[in-house]
Amino acid sequence: MAGPSIDALGQFGLTTGLGPIGRAVNFTNSNEAMLAAATIIVALFAVGLKARALVPGRVQALVEVLYEFVHNMCVDTIGEEGRRFFPLVFTIFSFILLGNLIGLFPYFFAFTSHIAVTLALALFVFLFSTAVGFYTHGFRFLKFFVPSGVPGWLLPLLVPIEFISYLSRPVSLSVRLFANMTAGHVMWEVFAGFMLLLTAGLGVFGAIASVVPLGLNVALAALELLVAGLQAYVFAILTCLYLHDAVHMH
Amino acid sequence: MRRFSTALLLALAPAAAMADEDKMPQMDFSNPLTLDQVGWMAVIIVVLYLVLSRWGLPQMGKVLENRAAIIARDLAAARAAKLEADRAVAQLTATLSSARTNAQAEVAKAVADAKAEAGAKAATLNAQLDAKLAEAEARIEAARNAAMSAIKPVASAAAGEMLLKLTGSVPAQDELVRRVDDALAARKAA
Repeated sequence: MAGPSIDALGQFGLTTGLGPIGRAVNFTNSNEAMLAAATIIVALFAVGLKARALVPGRVQALVEVLYEFVHNMCVDTIGEEGRRFFPLVFTIFSFILLGNLIGLFPYFFAFTSHIAVTLALALFVFLFSTAVGFYTHGFRFLKFFVPSGVPGWLLPLLVPIEFISYLSRPVSLSVRLFANMTAGHVMWEVFAGFMLLLTAGLGVFGAIASVVPLGLNVALAALELLVAGLQAYVFAILTCLYLHDAVHMH
Repeated sequence: MRRFSTALLLALAPAAAMADEDKMPQMDFSNPLTLDQVGWMAVIIVVLYLVLSRWGLPQMGKVLENRAAIIARDLAAARAAKLEADRAVAQLTATLSSARTNAQAEVAKAVADAKAEAGAKAATLNAQLDAKLAEAEARIEAARNAAMSAIKPVASAAAGEMLLKLTGSVPAQDELVRRVDDALAARKAA
């Protein structure tokens, strides 16, 4: 089979970015996208904070909405202690959100589709929330694995279950984001490849028929936009939930 | 035949694309870039965290706090102004009602004064009229008395003349005057 084939996974391939300097320090194309995401976030703050208007302009309103959204999420989920973790949650949320969003554009790398990236973020959240738990409660934090109001003979069964479910948190947190982003981008690539295959295989009729996968990709673009926001939100709210567990132990 | 093979390829393409697990770059941990990107991510995200937590978020928080403070201040001012207005309206209402009460009292007093004055005037007029009436009556009485006393000598003289003609004798003058007086008094009493 000569002609086009579908390479749905090539888009996730890592190369070095930033020219020879990047090659020397293994600064990858995914790190370029991370740098772009971080730069956009800081630029949004820089522009949004320029006027400090009582009635905000567009960019200021955007940053304010983001700020209040994450702030309310922190305070509502964690409680008043959530204010301390707000900068952290905001950094994680905005970083993932911008990573998801710029990954949707052609030629931009979606770094949240790499399990190494999402697992590193999830492990950090997991270890940090565990550390907060021990810092707040000392060794009494281990009681978190002992559900209250349960007959004693069930505990040998329940404590391991609780412990395993606690340990599975970083896995589910990272795989959810990674799988969502990877699946979306693979489907895009597959449907786009369909158009090439149809045109190569069926000629003019194939070219006309490729309107169908094109339409599907348009619909997918809307879906992926939703997924990009939703998965960033899910990651952030789960981070808040884990911190809530660490602070309140229930 | 070629069409059939294309159709088959189309049907299998997604599965083929996904099935090649070992070609998935995300799982290729033999590639040093896979883990090196995490190190650089740590650098980028730490810098982002420092910039946001030291500068961006506190500044934006200040903007929001400032706005909330201004809105609260304006609301308080509006509430105070409303209280002031309510108080002014209440004062106005009280002033109006007291003015109305005063005016009604003034009118009632004026009416009462007028009535009293009219009553007094009528009373003096009546008194004057009564006095005049009494004076007139007194004058009539005096005139009648004068007339009556003028009658007495004429009556005594006439009685003396009549007695002289009837009896030929004239009684004593005192006796005659006394009898005539009695008769006049008796008539007056009757």
